Amino acid sequence: MTIDQFKYCRIPADAERLRSEVRQFLQQTLTDFPAVRRADSWMGFDAQFSRKLGARGWVGMALPKQYGGADASPFSRYVVIEELLAAGAPVSAHWFADRQSGPQILQYGTQEQRDFHLPAICRGERYFCIGMSEPGSGSDLASIKSRARPAGDKWILNGQKVWTTNAYHAHYMIALVRTSDSESRHGGMSQFIIDLTLPGITVRPIKDLTGTEHFNEVFFDNVELDGADLIGSEGQGWQQVTAELAVERSGPERFLSSMALLNTLIEMVGEHPDRLQAREIGRLTARLFTLRNMSLAVTQQLQDGNNPSWAASCVKDLGSVFEQEIPEIAQLLTETLPTSSGGSDHSRVLAYLMQQAPSFSLRGGTREILRGIIARGLGLR
Amino acid sequence: MRDVFESTLEKLFTDHVPVETVLSAGREGWLPELWNIIEESGFALASAPEELGGAGASWDDLFSVLLLCGRFSLPLPLPESLLGNWVLGKCGIAALSAPMSVAAEAQLIWEDGAVSGTLQQVPWGRYVQQVVAIVADDAPRVVVLETAACSERVLSTNTAGEARDDLVFKQTIPTVSAPLSNILAADVLTQGGALVRAAQMAGALQEVMRLSSHYVNERVQFGKPIARFQVVQHQLAVLAEHVAAARVSAEAACVESTDNLALLPVMAAKICASEAAGIGASSGHAVHGAIGFTHEYSLHLLTRRLWSWRSEYGSATQWSDELGRAVCKTGASRYWPTITSGALSQ
Repeated sequence: MTIDQFKYCRIPADAERLRSEVRQFLQQTLTDFPAVRRADSWMGFDAQFSRKLGARGWVGMALPKQYGGADASPFSRYVVIEELLAAGAPVSAHWFADRQSGPQILQYGTQEQRDFHLPAICRGERYFCIGMSEPGSGSDLASIKSRARPAGDKWILNGQKVWTTNAYHAHYMIALVRTSDSESRHGGMSQFIIDLTLPGITVRPIKDLTGTEHFNEVFFDNVELDGADLIGSEGQGWQQVTAELAVERSGPERFLSSMALLNTLIEMVGEHPDRLQAREIGRLTARLFTLRNMSLAVTQQLQDGNNPSWAASCVKDLGSVFEQEIPEIAQLLTETLPTSSGGSDHSRVLAYLMQQAPSFSLRGGTREILRGIIARGLGLR
Repeated sequence: MRDVFESTLEKLFTDHVPVETVLSAGREGWLPELWNIIEESGFALASAPEELGGAGASWDDLFSVLLLCGRFSLPLPLPESLLGNWVLGKCGIAALSAPMSVAAEAQLIWEDGAVSGTLQQVPWGRYVQQVVAIVADDAPRVVVLETAACSERVLSTNTAGEARDDLVFKQTIPTVSAPLSNILAADVLTQGGALVRAAQMAGALQEVMRLSSHYVNERVQFGKPIARFQVVQHQLAVLAEHVAAARVSAEAACVESTDNLALLPVMAAKICASEAAGIGASSGHAVHGAIGFTHEYSLHLLTRRLWSWRSEYGSATQWSDELGRAVCKTGASRYWPTITSGALSQ
């Protein structure tokens, strides 16, 4: 039965040993890091922090040592990541490279691509963004229109990507684009590693409703790509992206986005909660504890070399419900008025995450898409 | 031991606990032949140490047993026997093989070697021969009481129609008693009850999931199986998430309860499984339509137990309250370390 994929497991001792090292590092590097910035969670950008983390060997851990990685097990990486997320560390600069672009290059890239990108990724110096969604292609990713036409041993790319987190700060994008016509819905697409400084590329930040600019539009106007920029096999883009998304969805960031608010809430409530506060905080604690155990079970699947896609979708959907309910519950538990400026740490973090919350079930695959994936795994589709 | 327990018991339950048997237990209350089969299998003693007549099984080993009790709606106090014999074993008392139960809610007084007071809501109270209870005073004591010695019984049944009886004792000498092991809390039967019910609920939820997935693929309306409708798919997807949460949390509670019950995982399991129980019963009935609402169809054997078990040995509210107070007391800086350590800070 598919539920059997969720087998409780403990973190191995060697991975667990990293925890106190990371906590100590964070205590030193983020001493006066304000709560409001911690609330940005993995969307917070800080190149200097990423480089410091890289110097400690904690970026690109899963990559081989020959590239500056640590050949680390999924559990070792998990311990480091969850400590960073729980503390609200500003990891977004290297986040995508570490989580998926690096592994993608390792898996599908040429030796030249690996040699060129992976060491820089591991140093926390090379930043990637993900080029998938387009204005006409969100949930229906297979309907993308950006097109790279062959021109000798080069490609000419035209089109547009949207909702690209961090594109403004990234050095490279791994983009899914059409490279040929195909009868099959999922055929005719390929992935390219695109240098975002190339002529013809325009990046325009998109302001979200909080005023933050994490998202971007990226326009390609006759951008000349090298044949060597293709990653993996031509026409295999969809299969490659599917593998990438399974990895993207399997981490602990899928339920830790509102940790900063849970922390300020507990601090605000104090040592003697009233009955409602105790009950709600207790319930949230039970859910957090269990989501973490579910996430560890997914990590075990990665460790065993199994496809974690179904289980990861369960954790992501349940996790985003949890992340979204934290602001809703928090605002019921104290009389704090949320503030987008001024006020206390709690009132600021409350307002910020309350506004960010709708995005938790949109990014990385919408709720409706995830539930379809889960249903398919149950044999209902 | 877990795997061998699972395959042995699954076969035994498949052979001896079909739906018809559970339905007849609803009519007759107690099935003595079925208890004999359980007793002969030795499973009721498994949680006691070997030197006291058991198999020395851990809660990790017993997780699959508890899941199966839930999956098959076993209408007998096997979970209660496992809990009772585990507590007795910790206190140096030999395992009991006769039909037995536990009394987590008890107001008992110990005086001159005799026990007086009421055991409340004892599962299968009127049918079992012995009940394990704790006299919770300055020197807590575990006692085994013969139900035949009670002076009064107040009978009730839970939502699933299973006996939950109050037994009143007046200066009854227990068959055996001993000081409660000092590693066990005075409310160990409540904590242990929460653990076993969480695992039973996880098993029942799994079966609700299986029945529901099967049904929606079979039932055709508007020219196609109702499984093809997105609304049905999404409802069962959400159910699957909660079934997985119940299962992992119950397994964590069992695996982490080694020498003693692991309180944080046990609380989390009871809270998450209880929440899942409501969703499971609701979704299961929703996708089954009217046929699932009948007495003849087996869904209610599971859902009525889910509705019962979520409230027993501490509801989600009660445990959430206790957990919330505990984490607020130690404060925000200890919060995340509590989660990663799996133990409440003292």
